[in-house]
Amino acid sequence: MDNKKTGFHISSGRLIDPLSRRDEIGDLYVAGGKIVDPTDFPADFQWLRIDAQGLIIAPGLIDMHVHLREPGETRKETIRTGTLAAAAGGITTVVAMPNTIPPTDNPDTITWIRKKAEKEAVVKVYPTGCITEGRRGEKLSPFQSLVQAGAIALSDDGNCVQNSRMMYLAMEFASILNVPILDHCEDTALSNGGVMNEGYWSTLLGLPGWPSVAEEIMVSRDILLCEKTQARIHLQHLTTEGSVRLLREAKKRGIPISAEVCPHHIALTESALRDYDTRFKMNPPLRGQKDREALIEAIVDGTIEVIASDHAPHTVFEKEVEFEKAPFGVVGLETLLAVCLKELYFSKKMSLLDLFSRLTLGPSRVLGLPQPSLDYGSSADLILLDLGAEWTVEASQFLSKGRNTPFEGLSLKGKVVLTMVEGQIVWKMEGKDLVVK
Amino acid sequence: MQKLKLDEIKRKWKRKDLISLEQLDRSEIETILLIAKDFKKKLKQNEPIPSLMGHTAVALMVEPSTRTRVSFEIAAQKLEISFLSIDYKSSSIQKGESLKDTVKNLEALGIDYLIIRHPAAGSPYFLSKLLQISVINGGDGAHEHPTQGLLDLMTVEEHFGTVSGLNILIVGDILHSRVARSTFWALSKYGAKVRFVGPKTMLPVYFRDFGAEISYDLDQSLPDADCIVLLRIQHERQKTELFPSLNEYIASYGLTKQRLAKCKKDVLIMHPGPVERGVEIESELADSEKSAILRQVENGLAVRMAVYYLLSRNKAT
Ligand SMILES: [Zn+2]
Repeated sequence: MDNKKTGFHISSGRLIDPLSRRDEIGDLYVAGGKIVDPTDFPADFQWLRIDAQGLIIAPGLIDMHVHLREPGETRKETIRTGTLAAAAGGITTVVAMPNTIPPTDNPDTITWIRKKAEKEAVVKVYPTGCITEGRRGEKLSPFQSLVQAGAIALSDDGNCVQNSRMMYLAMEFASILNVPILDHCEDTALSNGGVMNEGYWSTLLGLPGWPSVAEEIMVSRDILLCEKTQARIHLQHLTTEGSVRLLREAKKRGIPISAEVCPHHIALTESALRDYDTRFKMNPPLRGQKDREALIEAIVDGTIEVIASDHAPHTVFEKEVEFEKAPFGVVGLETLLAVCLKELYFSKKMSLLDLFSRLTLGPSRVLGLPQPSLDYGSSADLILLDLGAEWTVEASQFLSKGRNTPFEGLSLKGKVVLTMVEGQIVWKMEGKDLVVK
Repeated sequence: MQKLKLDEIKRKWKRKDLISLEQLDRSEIETILLIAKDFKKKLKQNEPIPSLMGHTAVALMVEPSTRTRVSFEIAAQKLEISFLSIDYKSSSIQKGESLKDTVKNLEALGIDYLIIRHPAAGSPYFLSKLLQISVINGGDGAHEHPTQGLLDLMTVEEHFGTVSGLNILIVGDILHSRVARSTFWALSKYGAKVRFVGPKTMLPVYFRDFGAEISYDLDQSLPDADCIVLLRIQHERQKTELFPSLNEYIASYGLTKQRLAKCKKDVLIMHPGPVERGVEIESELADSEKSAILRQVENGLAVRMAVYYLLSRNKAT
């Protein structure tokens, strides 16, 4: 297709644009990779019409917490399969976490990921660099080289820098470069090998507990350090009522801190572990009902401005082991949107505009990326969503290599039928021909 | 006593596995105990015991335990079940084979029961879903040790005639004890009032949500106790920082003669063994007539026979 002479005319969809707060039926024109004003184009310009009647047109999601596993663990996922799964889930930008093999503690690995993504990714991929060498928490990584090579943020995700002085220094350096630090908040002396939330269920099941306070103590530390350094700190995958309270207070005092929550933490609680099913084993772990409610409240009122999947694929054989031996993590790219719709929109807690804001605007602001929008001039990263489509989660159908979903068998409503990145269709639902001939 | 129709009872039994007492209802526990008591009587009186000849049991001991293995082994012998045990040290798990592959191989060899002792809580659940054969939990991490709970229940019931309304203390490192959990469920499902006693670091408040009382003070708890279950201090499992020193532990939670003087005259002392004399209990007390320790062992044999019997599917012999 010759991009210069043709574009897409997406007609009669429900436009959901969180940036302009637009929620209305309308048409959208895409040409040259951007959303455009059709009156700027000559009369003989070829518009391929996509019929979006009954569908939602929204900016593509930005998932700022994804483990693509490449380099090093291609049996779990590759940049190719991970980004295909993202596209199928309506995600047009992913931020890749640093715990690859080798870890992204050097510019070469960052460059390698970017080159590989240029060739094989179907959505935008931004790598993060490690905060410390080898994610060991002992010596800072070369921040400047990492950022120059293309790291969009710094994180030791999977690990948390335990030494507070190290974290303090990291924040000081990151603030010079104006990149955010994404922190996995876990005091490992307190979590102490825990494999699930510490509470009634861990006590009943006899599994080592990971107490809420192990997260909250690091949230407190990061807030205090953030206040001191004024660095951009983003707290990853928060899970507890206490963390929410600390964050809310910090924001009230104007501290430049942000946070995210994952769909599984707002949809599930620790009681799901009753049968020791390793598909529910993640870090941080599923918490209690009060925590879940506090997280939802924080998402709704904007205290937490980002929802991210923490997509963490593992092979089946790695998860088919004794609970304590199984790796932490669940896949989430392909269920992110629908689970959020279920828990937040269909449950009438949030409007579509607000929900999409947490999935698009929130992460773009934290990361300093261009704000996703349906306005003229914006990059045509967008999705068509059939809000009424009912489907059942079947891991065997995933495009991700990971099958480790905690939502297997769940009935959901809302399915992405088409995903576009920079004006190119990168995914469309099978058997759905939307282009009007 | 009327002659039990064992066959009929067995036919009514629905479960394939024995994994946790928490998930059994009281009537299921009653069934196991009924058969265990019958077997105990038959053993004593040298009456014939049903034969399960042709069945094979394998004990996979991923964590060492001589006592439990021997008890399961002798119970198997009494029922003419072939018994084989695999030690952690010689098992292929040691060579890096997954637990799943190990047990799938055992199943393919045609065994009927797998007794699993494993340091990871929940591993018997995991195996029960993978296997068609019966899985018997011989102790999984800090989760449960159901045959221990059953034998404790049997011992208490035998001694007092009834369990309902009794005050039972379970003392020690409750957090890490599978015995505590199984024994708690067994006794409380029979109407006993169970109080856990131990230092706060080994006794999280969440146990209250089990429906138990909790106390950090042994001395206060002694006077109204009918039965005291002492747990072994498991040095290998227990992180040393959970109590400042063993001596301080003994001073607060060891059962001594002075402490025994505060108890009811007919208090029953139990211990899952092996007893570390001078730690959980003063040596003399372990041998005294108040101690049911050896009776527990004896009842363990009968309970394990009953479990084999109930879980056995009919095989031509
Ligand atoms: Zn993490």
